[in-house]
Amino acid sequence: MSVAGLLRMGDNTLVLGQRLSEWCGHAPALEEDIALANIALDLIGQTQLWLGLAGQREGEGRDADALAFHRDAWDFRNLLLVEQPNQDFAVTAMRQFLFDAWHYEALNALCAHADDEISAIAQKSIKEVRYHRERSTETVIALGDGTDQSNARMQAALRRLWPYIGEMFTCDDDDLVDMAVLRPAFDAHVGPALAEATLERPQSEFAHVGGKTGARHTEHLGHMLATMQALPRSYPNATW
Amino acid sequence: MVKLLPDIAEVWDWLSDVPDPEIPVLALVDLGIIRDVRWHGDTLEVTLTPTYSGCPATAVIEMEVEKALHARGIEHVKITRQIAPPWTTDWITDAGRAKLEAYGIAPPQPAGGPAHCPQCKSPDVERISQFGSTPCKAQWRCTTCMEPFDYFKCI
Repeated sequence: MSVAGLLRMGDNTLVLGQRLSEWCGHAPALEEDIALANIALDLIGQTQLWLGLAGQREGEGRDADALAFHRDAWDFRNLLLVEQPNQDFAVTAMRQFLFDAWHYEALNALCAHADDEISAIAQKSIKEVRYHRERSTETVIALGDGTDQSNARMQAALRRLWPYIGEMFTCDDDDLVDMAVLRPAFDAHVGPALAEATLERPQSEFAHVGGKTGARHTEHLGHMLATMQALPRSYPNATW
Repeated sequence: MVKLLPDIAEVWDWLSDVPDPEIPVLALVDLGIIRDVRWHGDTLEVTLTPTYSGCPATAVIEMEVEKALHARGIEHVKITRQIAPPWTTDWITDAGRAKLEAYGIAPPQPAGGPAHCPQCKSPDVERISQFGSTPCKAQWRCTTCMEPFDYFKCI
C-alpha cells in the first residue's frame, strides 16, 4: 500500500547520496569534501531504512540493495531536483539547500505518521537532516553574500534549479503525507535565507514534473545509474 | 547437566568492556547505544541502536558484541537493531563524557558547540567545519593554544 511512497523517500536520499559521493576527492576544500561525503553517508543510511521497509512491505523478497541496484531509471521515484548533475559547487550547494528545506518539512510531517515504522525512520532521519539544513543554509548565505563571483554563481544556480521546486509540492495517493501543505513552511525557511544571501528569488512558478511519478526523468538519471549500478550488475553476487 | 544462564547484570558488566571501534577509549555502554539485554530461552538478545543511520561502525559494533559474548561462553546471541526512539547524545554517560574529554574530544553540549578546548581548557574556540573524521564529530580549533580538536556533535 505505501510501497510507492516509501520508494519516493528512499530514492530521493539514494540519488542525492550518490550525487554527493561524486564529489569525494574533488571538492574545493578538504573540509567541504569531508562534509559532502558525511552528508552522503547519512543519506545512504536513510536509504537503507526507507528501501529496506519498501522491500519488506512489497513482500517479493527484494531488499534495499536489490531495489537500489536492480531497478532501471523508469522505476525510480525520486524528485527531478536530486538527479540534476553537480555542475559547479554553487549548483551542488543550492541543490542541497533547496532539498534540505523540503526534506526537513517532509520528515517533520512523517514523524507523526500513523505507521510506527514510517514514523521511526522519520524521527531518526530528521535529526541528521536538521544538521544538513543548518549547514546548507549557512553555505548559501556565505556564498550568496560573498564575492561578486560567488554571488553571480549562486544566483545562476538558483535560476537553474528553481523550476524543480514545484514538483516537491505536487501530491497524489502514493505520497505518505500531503506534500502540498508543506509549501508555506518551506517558503518561510527559504525566503529569509535567500534574502540574507542577497539572492533574488525567481518569480516563475513553472515546474518540471515527472520524477516522483516515474513518468519522465531527466536524461541525467540513467547516466548516474549506469555508474552506480555497474558493479552489482556486472558481478551479481559480489560481496566483500 | 543443567547449565545456568549468566545473570543479566553480569552480562552488562561484560559489555562495559567492549570498546567502540571508532573511539576505543569509549565503551559501547558509555555511548548509550546498547538499549536492552534479555534472555529468550537460551538465546541472549542484545538490542542496539545506531548513532547515525549511515555510520559504517554499526556493523562492526554488532560483530564486536557478538564476539565478546561468545568469548564469555554465551552460545546463542541475537542482535536486534532498533531505531526508535532515535539515539541522542544525551544517552552518553557522565563517565563517557569524561573519557571523551580526557582523550581530546570535546563532549557534546546543548548549546551546539564545545564548552572549552579539551587540551588547554580555554573557552575561546572556533568552528572549522561542521563535519569531521566520523559522522558523529565536527572540527573545531582553540584560539588560545591554536590546536585543532574534534567535537562530538550534539544530536
